Amino acid sequence: MSILEVNNVSKFFGGVKANQNISIKVEQGSIVGLIGPNGSGKTTLFNSIVGTHPIDKGSIVFDGKEVSQLPVPVVAKLGLLRTFQQTRIYGKLNCIDNMLISHKASDEGMFSVFSKIPSELTEKAENLLNFVGLYQKRKLRAGDLSFGQQKLLELAMALMNEPKMLLLDEPTAGINPTLINGIIDRLIKVNKDFGITLFVIEHNMRVIMALAQKIFCVAHGKLLAEGTPEQIKNDKRVVDAYLGAQ
Amino acid sequence: MKKNDLILYAVLLIFGLAAPFVFAAYKVQLSILYVLIVLALTWNIQGGEMGYNTFGNILFYGLGMYLCSSVQVGMFFPLAEWTESGGEKTFVHTPIQFFQGMAVGLLVAAIVPTIIAGLIGYSILGLRGHYFAICTLGLGIAAGEISGGIELIGAGQGFTTPPFPKLGDVELRGEYYYFLCFAVLVATFAFIKWSYTTRFRLVLNAIRDNEDKAEAMGIQTMKYKIVGWMVSAFFCGLIGGIMGGLVGYIDSTDVAFDGREMGVFMVLMAILGGKGTLWGPIIGATLFHVLKEGLWTYLLGWQYVALGILIVVIVIYFPEGLMGWLREKYPERFGEVVDEKDRKAQVELK
Repeated sequence: MSILEVNNVSKFFGGVKANQNISIKVEQGSIVGLIGPNGSGKTTLFNSIVGTHPIDKGSIVFDGKEVSQLPVPVVAKLGLLRTFQQTRIYGKLNCIDNMLISHKASDEGMFSVFSKIPSELTEKAENLLNFVGLYQKRKLRAGDLSFGQQKLLELAMALMNEPKMLLLDEPTAGINPTLINGIIDRLIKVNKDFGITLFVIEHNMRVIMALAQKIFCVAHGKLLAEGTPEQIKNDKRVVDAYLGAQ
Repeated sequence: MKKNDLILYAVLLIFGLAAPFVFAAYKVQLSILYVLIVLALTWNIQGGEMGYNTFGNILFYGLGMYLCSSVQVGMFFPLAEWTESGGEKTFVHTPIQFFQGMAVGLLVAAIVPTIIAGLIGYSILGLRGHYFAICTLGLGIAAGEISGGIELIGAGQGFTTPPFPKLGDVELRGEYYYFLCFAVLVATFAFIKWSYTTRFRLVLNAIRDNEDKAEAMGIQTMKYKIVGWMVSAFFCGLIGGIMGGLVGYIDSTDVAFDGREMGVFMVLMAILGGKGTLWGPIIGATLFHVLKEGLWTYLLGWQYVALGILIVVIVIYFPEGLMGWLREKYPERFGEVVDEKDRKAQVELK
């Protein structure tokens, strides 16, 4: 069963065709990769899926529901979260607070604004911070963490929200090779143990080949190829797109 | 820590209750200080906690002022004739009328600005950063100009608020306004302190630090922004209503919608003490009030120059205010510590 269906989605910015007729299916419980040269429309597609900007054509169905017209917070509430290429954390809050605020709270009515933060959440936050290896730094301001640690914090924040599916925009960009292995292990664990479907943009071929069961490749806003890591690796069009055709 | 807090609050409360009798000569100064603290505390909800620099809170303060006095007069006398007659009092409130009118007036002064904040907030809180600041700047100026043209509330010649009634031989005016201001200050502080223990503060901080992220995490940021502004408007309106009575005279641009002075002061006070902290605005307002009174007394004629220099110094050397500066110097004191024990060891210890 597919949890996310992107059907013939197009997105134009004036004359720039950022996405053209892209169709992608992501199976529930799988890890799927999205690769492509810089500027090929990967992040635009992510933005379209989570509702950052309205799409011009096509439909996006998440968990059996059409989401292409919904605003970002509503889509997130349905259990479809994304992380950002440049880390986005709440810099002046400490890690624990970053986690607490990421909990999916029932936001109904005016007075829910002043709802208490359940104390058992702190325990959960600490456990997840421990999972990404940030427990010792939990009382530091998130803005004081290194870039790699912020990426880990962002992952932990996403897990705190208990999504059904996570869109990860370059989870290992700018991170040292040792930590990258740690991130791969954790992402596989997230997928297996937490049962969260992952859709990952990645430039690091070693990472995406180790992680994904299926990979989509986009170039110039169009879907170029799809298949298993093995098929993608040997696809001439993909190699041409990345290295330039001869 | 808890015990120290209790002692602190007890001392402040006793000071607040005893001050008008012990420092009788400073009653009015202290009342105005409390007004300033309330304004700084409420501005801090937007400018400090939420990161939305507003110049529009003066709107609610001025509205509260006009509303309270208009209701207080209008309940018993024709409002137009009252303002027409200016200072000459053809109508005199009996003590009961005065207090009844004030009670209803304050209620209106708190509720109407709250509703207006909700409506305006709904339409302009989608603006971010400087755009929001400029938009709110316009609000205050527009309100001043508009109210200066309404004959019913005195237009350009101002509005004399009902004078405090004679109660036998004792003069209680100072005490009355003092305790009103003090009560509103305590209520404002208590409410804000309580709200900062809830999700409210965390979401406001999240909006300040990264609003896009907060939305991407499923938070309906708009709702929090609007409610936050409504909270500010409520207390601004209330304290404005009291200030109208305390000053005794409302002018559209010099007293009520005084964006040039009060509107800037509330920003300055919060920044001076440290925006985004609970105590920053209180410390900032107190420091500011003392400084301002000093400048106005000893440097009269040059007071705005001195104030301008002060603003420059604060912005350059203490952009995070007193509390922010302390936090930078002693982060451990504010709980920013690396915990050397790892999670496993901790669990085993239990």
